[in-house]
Amino acid sequence: MDNPDDRKYTKEHEWVKVENKEGMNATATVGITFHAQELLTDIVFVELPKAGKKVEQFKQLAVVESVKSVSDVFSPVSGEVTAANNELTSNPELINKDPYNAGWIAKLKIEDNAKLNNELNNLMSAEQYGEYLKTAAH
Amino acid sequence: MFKISQQDQNNSSTTESNKTALKKTPLYNEHVKLKGQIVEFGGWLMPVQYTNVIDEHTTIRTKVGLFDTCHMGEFFISGEDAFKLIQIIGTNDIARLEDGKSMYHIWCYENGTTIDDSFVYKFKDNNYMIVVNASTIQKDFDWLKFQATKNNLAVELVDASDDTGKIDIQGPFAEKTLQKLTKLDLTSLKRFYFVSTQLITVANDGSIENKESNDYEEGNGEIDCIISRSGYTGEDGFELYFAAEKAPLVWNLLLVAGKEFGIKPCGLGARDTLRLEACYSLYGHEIDESITPVEGGLGWAVKENKECKDNKGNKIDFVGKQILAEQKKNGPKRIIAALEMIDKSVPRNSYEIFDEDKTKKIGYVTSGTFCPTLKRSVAMGLIDSAYSKVENIVSIKIRDNFYRANVVKRPFYEFCSGKK
Repeated sequence: MDNPDDRKYTKEHEWVKVENKEGMNATATVGITFHAQELLTDIVFVELPKAGKKVEQFKQLAVVESVKSVSDVFSPVSGEVTAANNELTSNPELINKDPYNAGWIAKLKIEDNAKLNNELNNLMSAEQYGEYLKTAAH
Repeated sequence: MFKISQQDQNNSSTTESNKTALKKTPLYNEHVKLKGQIVEFGGWLMPVQYTNVIDEHTTIRTKVGLFDTCHMGEFFISGEDAFKLIQIIGTNDIARLEDGKSMYHIWCYENGTTIDDSFVYKFKDNNYMIVVNASTIQKDFDWLKFQATKNNLAVELVDASDDTGKIDIQGPFAEKTLQKLTKLDLTSLKRFYFVSTQLITVANDGSIENKESNDYEEGNGEIDCIISRSGYTGEDGFELYFAAEKAPLVWNLLLVAGKEFGIKPCGLGARDTLRLEACYSLYGHEIDESITPVEGGLGWAVKENKECKDNKGNKIDFVGKQILAEQKKNGPKRIIAALEMIDKSVPRNSYEIFDEDKTKKIGYVTSGTFCPTLKRSVAMGLIDSAYSKVENIVSIKIRDNFYRANVVKRPFYEFCSGKK
């Protein structure tokens, strides 16, 4: 499966899609990658962040659980949570079915655009992420 | 992400470097061929899943599936004092066991805590097989030898674990699948009964003759096999015991025989969710070296009034009797309770349990998961008995928050309740 090239990726298999990047109201949508959901298999529970939660880059944002495993989802960028995907409460398998769209996890409000740009430089493009997956088993 | 914390400590993923020290069952190569995801379990390399846990779990509840259980231990006990030894080391009353039947038997220390749980198969008087957990084989066998010596009992003990293959075939179509490989009328074999017989490598209806795999080339004969109608899933099914080197052949014969019923190989992940739905204890979780069988909710398998004799015929107590009898009489201070989540979250092994007000810690989760059949999160927890009444509400601490759960009646899933 192709990873969409309208967003950036972490080594820990999260994605972030930034909108209105140059404006005053930049927002970031966060989820986990196709590869991540494939490794986790059947996702049965997502612990969503509450609106208002402030999170730093690479710190814990949410928790995704399969029948046998518990995994932290780390935030690819810093920001304040404005919304969580409540659909996942009743349909956690949306992450398996559609990790890049309906299976999004949280939306963040970006407070510092300069910081955001620095943080995005720490992340991979779709192409780089694809190469990263090929280089080793993750 | 992917700081995955595996839920079973015995079940952590392994790296290539330490795989050499771990044991492989005779079916290891079959698991690799079938693309099973291999993990360490109690010193063994075992498949945790082939497709995913929910799919394999559902296969057992609705169709038929296979488990590699070759890692488990089998001891053969004979000699004039065999019965006495087994009666002394465990809590159940083996005197009630008839030929060709098996019985759940829990082994305890003098203080009542648990060495292991097992199944005792009686062939005839003073002639038994005992099936034990894989990770406790050495401990258990040493204990048998110790008790035989201590009590001066004339027994012959054989640890046949390495030479014995074991496959569990479970699910509503287990009988129809296995029937193709045996002349025995399986409908006449009731639960917990077993027969020493042969598997035929060409099926009654000839279907196996359409060899779909070269694995049968050594076949066209008969394979000595114990067929036991039993299992660890809460579903109908059989446990099969045979010579270890026959394991790949039996495995592949069953996969072909069950093809028309949708048979699948199933891993330890599904085995765990299935047994948890049925509220079967897992050694190391609901019972262990710090928990007694009565605390483990297994008082029904403790027969404190049974007759137990030493080598001279004098009445003695079975090991652990005093404490277990006292706990049964007065009630244990803590007990395993079945818990069902009210709030959405997944309880896991070792999470702390508090009272409803979240002020007092009352115990911990021994096993917990999301249950594929029930589509709810459930757990078993060892809690203060005062809070163990059905319908009582407790709080489980999951990461930094408390989630409510109800104490419910055991089991979560009634035996064979999906059976038509």
